Amino acid sequence: MKRIEKLEMKGICKSFVGVKANRNVDLTIEKGDILGLLGENGAGKTTLMNILYGLYMPDEGQVLVNGEPLHLKSPKDSMKAGIGMIHQHFMLIQKHTVLENIALGYAEAPFLFPQKYMRKRIEEYSRKFGLEVDPDKKIWELSAGEQQRVEILKALLRNADLLIMDEPTSVLTPPEADELFEILRKMIGEGHSVILISHKLEEIISICNRVMVMRKGEVTGAAEIKDVTKVDLARMMIGREISASYEKAALEPGDPVLEIASLSVNSDQGLPIVKDFSMTVRRNEILGIAGVSGNGQREMVEAVTGLRRAEKGTVKLQGREVTNKSARTIHNLGINHVPEERIKFGTVANLQLFENSVLKKHHEKPYSTNMLMNYPLIKNHADSIIEKYHVDAASINVPVKNLSGGNMQKLILGREIASEPSLLIAAHPTYGLDVGAAEYIRKELIHARDRGGAVLLVSEDLEELFQVCDKIAVMFEGRIMGIVDPSDCDIDDIGLMMAGTSVGLKGEKN
Amino acid sequence: MLEIITSILVRTVVAGTPLLLGTLGEVISERAGILNLGVEGMMSLGAATGFIVTFTTGNPWLGLMAATIAGALISVIHAFVTVSLRANQVVSGLALTMLGLGLSGLWGKPYIGRPLTTKMHAIRIPVLSDIPVIGKVLFYQDPYFYLSVALGILVWFLMKHTKVGITVRSVGENPKAAETLGINVARVKYLCVMAGGAFAGMAGAHLSTAYSKSWIEGMTSGRGWIVIALTIFALWEPSRAFVGAYVFGGIFVIQYVLQPLGISPNLLAMLPYATTLGVLLFYGMSKKGKRRMSAPATLGEPYIRGSR
Repeated sequence: MKRIEKLEMKGICKSFVGVKANRNVDLTIEKGDILGLLGENGAGKTTLMNILYGLYMPDEGQVLVNGEPLHLKSPKDSMKAGIGMIHQHFMLIQKHTVLENIALGYAEAPFLFPQKYMRKRIEEYSRKFGLEVDPDKKIWELSAGEQQRVEILKALLRNADLLIMDEPTSVLTPPEADELFEILRKMIGEGHSVILISHKLEEIISICNRVMVMRKGEVTGAAEIKDVTKVDLARMMIGREISASYEKAALEPGDPVLEIASLSVNSDQGLPIVKDFSMTVRRNEILGIAGVSGNGQREMVEAVTGLRRAEKGTVKLQGREVTNKSARTIHNLGINHVPEERIKFGTVANLQLFENSVLKKHHEKPYSTNMLMNYPLIKNHADSIIEKYHVDAASINVPVKNLSGGNMQKLILGREIASEPSLLIAAHPTYGLDVGAAEYIRKELIHARDRGGAVLLVSEDLEELFQVCDKIAVMFEGRIMGIVDPSDCDIDDIGLMMAGTSVGLKGEKN
Repeated sequence: MLEIITSILVRTVVAGTPLLLGTLGEVISERAGILNLGVEGMMSLGAATGFIVTFTTGNPWLGLMAATIAGALISVIHAFVTVSLRANQVVSGLALTMLGLGLSGLWGKPYIGRPLTTKMHAIRIPVLSDIPVIGKVLFYQDPYFYLSVALGILVWFLMKHTKVGITVRSVGENPKAAETLGINVARVKYLCVMAGGAFAGMAGAHLSTAYSKSWIEGMTSGRGWIVIALTIFALWEPSRAFVGAYVFGGIFVIQYVLQPLGISPNLLAMLPYATTLGVLLFYGMSKKGKRRMSAPATLGEPYIRGSR
């Protein structure tokens, strides 16, 4: 089989119901390249890669290998063409050995004793690329780094010339990431090429030789790594044009509502991800948290809302300590939360709309008394949310999973705001929504602030933060790099802080 | 004394044979992620079909073949409902049990109480069968015994040392991963459910043409349920199905031996289930055991193609 010397994607366009995920995207990668694909969540990187891997068909545009057009209808086609993809969540069978995982569906393995045959192949490839892994270990016995090596082996043994890796270091410890980069270097030495999807500027600079930046479905920059700095990349990622902000009542921030002091939180892997984090949110104030995702924003929010343990530090709500209290206690004290995955955490998809409208309060008076639900009242409540927050639903008796993302989000927001909490935490509330719904949600956040509440808004959409917030804090590696006033600040400063350089405001790095 | 022990062991192996066949089938099906609670029904249909065909043709081998096919065919219903329509596997399996029991009762009605004149002859393996005790137990049995042992070894070998085995196990553990590597998940599931049905059919034929050589309604008397318990007891391993089947077969026989001594048969009938609970408890206590014990990861879950 001919190897991939040069792969091109030309004029790729792809829309999903109304949202343009890719607009006229071009990409070129040659033998021996490690191309970094950089962009915020929702910038269209994954869509583009799924097109290349044959999971989606592009609306327009084509893929060329060595100058010849390629028709990719399924992952099988792309595998045949020498394209392999390693997903963020490994496609491995936990209870099987490494050998069995690699032998699965492997055409050249013999019917009898395929493990024996695979062992030889695996040893050969392990030596060639420095992919050390014990072939007889079960997957669940392996660390994340070793599991990733199994995935790489799987792809290489299937003759993947071009390897697409979706945020490969997000599950790795720093030494494991270094080992991965060593492996990638060996691979390009053997004439393979790699596309690395990542949020991490540092990583792209250190391992890639070329970079392509995407924003809102378009390519906003492409360069050789030697010609750019981290700050350039951050700038390409966040864009420049910021439209006018929303109308807000001129209000002075009031008393502190949320005070976080020296908070430290661990990630799912048990490593510190929020480090010595301090911050105050006041009445009549929307504080935005900016930053490239994966810098501890999610874990910080989870710690504040009682969903994750705080290792150190204190969280105070209106002077009252709530550190490591249960999620229900914290909610009852007045912190309401619009979580980042609305289907998974914000609603119970199979319950009906009216039932979802009282979640977190369903066990209390007046919605229930002595274990009996007060359905007439609940339904009235649901009706009022629908009306007030313009939720477009056939009826309050439909399962919430039938609502569109925007309407689901309006319902969640309505539910969380209706009780006028002292603090509203919203994580990526407009992610994946159409323009109209996003605008509506932003206005409601401002409304909550004008009413006298405090709002903590975590978002990757810098434009949104600029339009809505009174203050923006930039988070990097679990710390606040600086806090700026959006009406009076240089967007370049934010880019610098997102890339880990403090601008002499509050951070301590560099 | 030696003779009593020999006779108990001989009968143990005979009683264990249908359990072994049924369990092997259920292991295959569950390994591919499909729980089939219809074993009792499939077995019963196999027993009726096996008896009718043997009775009318006078050829027990034809009876065995017909029972195998009947078991595989009726299990297609379960495969269709659970794989293609993605319905609840428990409900479908229970329905299959009732269907199988009903059909076998209906078709077998005219044959109740009629004795079988032809039967498979026991095969005596020269030299080996002369060994005291073991010779009679292992080397002078009817063909079903040898067939079940051969099939058991075959299933174990296929599961462990061939590509087919890896494919089947992967489909039950992580169908999505299997799918991305180009495996037709639905086809694997269908074939495994049908294999399960075929094995249950054979088990039924053994009951009606070799074990009791007559047909009565409900003659499977709960063996299908024991098979379900045995599958768990065996921790989805064909090799342990042997142990389970003969231990439980032994319990069947011991019931009759102990009854004259004043031990309640009800208490003994409970033994298979109590033993299963005991095994689960034993493995559940240790962390390593838990890993080994865990059922195929997607057992009972419908697989929807292309979902995330």
